[in-house]
Amino acid sequence: MTTLAIDSLNVVFSTEAGPLHALKDVSFDVPEERIVGIVGESGCGKSTLINAILGLLADNGRITKGAIRFEDGTDLVGLSHDQMRALRGVRISTVFQDPMGALNPVISVGRQMVNIQYRSQLGKADKEARAVEMLKMVRIPDAEAALKRFPHQFSGGMKQRIAIAMALMMEPTLLIADEPTTALDATLEVATIELLQDLQKKIGCSVLFISHHLGVIAELCQDVVVMYAGEVVERGSVRQVFNDPRHPYTLRLLECDPARQSERTRHLPTISGEIPDLRARPSGCVFAPRCHRAQADCEQPQIERDLGELHLARCALAEGPAEAGA
Amino acid sequence: MSGAPILSVADVQVSFPVGGPLTRGAIVAVAGVSFEVHRGETFALVGESGSGKSTLARAVNGLEQIAAGSISFDGQRVDGLGKSAMKPLRRRMSMMFQDPVGSLSPRMTVGDLVTEPFRIHGTDGRDLRDETRRLLSLVGLPDDFAGRFPHQLSGGQARRVGVARAIALEPALVIADEPTAGLDVSVQGEVLNLLNDLREEMGLAMVIITHNLHVVHHVADRTAVMYLGRFVETGETQSLFSAPSHPYTAALLSANPEPDPDKARDRISLPAEVPSLLSRPDGCEFHTRCPWVQPRCRTEPPEVTQDQDRRIACHFPLTPGARPPG
Repeated sequence: MTTLAIDSLNVVFSTEAGPLHALKDVSFDVPEERIVGIVGESGCGKSTLINAILGLLADNGRITKGAIRFEDGTDLVGLSHDQMRALRGVRISTVFQDPMGALNPVISVGRQMVNIQYRSQLGKADKEARAVEMLKMVRIPDAEAALKRFPHQFSGGMKQRIAIAMALMMEPTLLIADEPTTALDATLEVATIELLQDLQKKIGCSVLFISHHLGVIAELCQDVVVMYAGEVVERGSVRQVFNDPRHPYTLRLLECDPARQSERTRHLPTISGEIPDLRARPSGCVFAPRCHRAQADCEQPQIERDLGELHLARCALAEGPAEAGA
Repeated sequence: MSGAPILSVADVQVSFPVGGPLTRGAIVAVAGVSFEVHRGETFALVGESGSGKSTLARAVNGLEQIAAGSISFDGQRVDGLGKSAMKPLRRRMSMMFQDPVGSLSPRMTVGDLVTEPFRIHGTDGRDLRDETRRLLSLVGLPDDFAGRFPHQLSGGQARRVGVARAIALEPALVIADEPTAGLDVSVQGEVLNLLNDLREEMGLAMVIITHNLHVVHHVADRTAVMYLGRFVETGETQSLFSAPSHPYTAALLSANPEPDPDKARDRISLPAEVPSLLSRPDGCEFHTRCPWVQPRCRTEPPEVTQDQDRRIACHFPLTPGARPPG
């Protein structure tokens, strides 16, 4: 079963300088009860993708092609605002980078947690009990007393855990987590990852996890989607992609992570060049202008090559011998 | 390292008043910290948020008053100096702030921003347009960026403008607060390589604050680990990473997510939350979270002991490869 199936999704923003093709032919699946990571540098379209799934694209953006199939195959692309509203927060919920942005600073945590159950038929006492149960699940000490406190009275890591508790309160099918650990320090980051893994199993939801931190993806996710300039350049299981990257961009991205350099070096590797202007996409492979392996056929549009066992890469050279390195 | 240190910090304390007229108190954000930085050396400060890293950096740069201790820059006492006495020193001691875009005035062009230090400290007959070109090329930005405004820059480009401002007057010391936070891995490499080139060319000394331990491993000569406003362990980076002596250092290093899905994760997890600075624990302040805690740790604060280059505040330093009991 597939919780979310994205099928050749295209998103175009109209800007003063012409149409900006923010997502181009993006396809991937989030299978049931799996954690799928999306990696890519800023500007690769991660946020646009989430907003497209949630039906929250800016007014100048629209989906020009493609489908977002959810649960039983309902295409989210055609749904009305009201239909989307009924899904958000119930079947699909989100956790963002900044927990303070998700919590109202002037309302107690308990009241917020009761308020967001407005669709539930339970009485107030039951809703409060549910809030306590969720706070315990995210390991907030002294959960009953925590209901009376305000967001600023919790540490950053605890606030993020409260935001996670609120997102999972309705037991959604899909949790979208957008850089939820980026603002946290290493020890808290690890604690949050372990908590998410644990909760995913308990609730049995699927997770779409966005991060630019490769270490977090490697640790938390089962599958990974690598995006570059609005395209999916490679996808597969975390093991396939991290151990045997087939797209030159994936390889470079992995090489750039100082964590992959076991030898201490003062000179860290970088990817030279800039992300192309999405108003004037290269006609061929989108990474070709920066690619050290670019050759003549890279001028042609690239299709996703199937490398077996659901490992795909959008590169003419993907099926050839793997490049040394990484 | 030989010769006199460029920066010498001794027993520095910084505190902030809290509470109203009846509940007046103070939180001690930096509680007696000492270190030295030599020419051409990179010194890293690591620790969780709230551990006092940024406050310490601001105090060194004269942006916070210190409550006790002394700070000397190039042999001269700088703590307690007034604004006008501090001004000539700022030529030689510059600061890179955490927020790359927020630290640039939105109404000034890049050209104005990178030459602002000359307008404040005098041009010495230099042509500002030449300086703009020189600085932009030094940080790898094209000439035509001089006319852009901060909102037209990406995070990495704004960082580079911040670097250009910090090095415009060829300082002897740069204090960089999270110089790569929020940057993509390849851009992070570019910024760090740039700082390193300047260090090699100008003998620049650097204090880098970060919570990315992989970065510290590559760029820092010496590292100090902060917890609740104190240095719990200081030492040469390589040896600190390979054989941490303080339990907190060991936990912090083991918490570092690595981009390798097959890596065995032998984690030291820290129970409980970081204590509040308003009610510091008795004895060793880490005892509430230390997996190796002993009765003595709960009552008796540890002295700082020095073994060669390593300074540590712990009653029971770890032997290499130690695992938590139980």
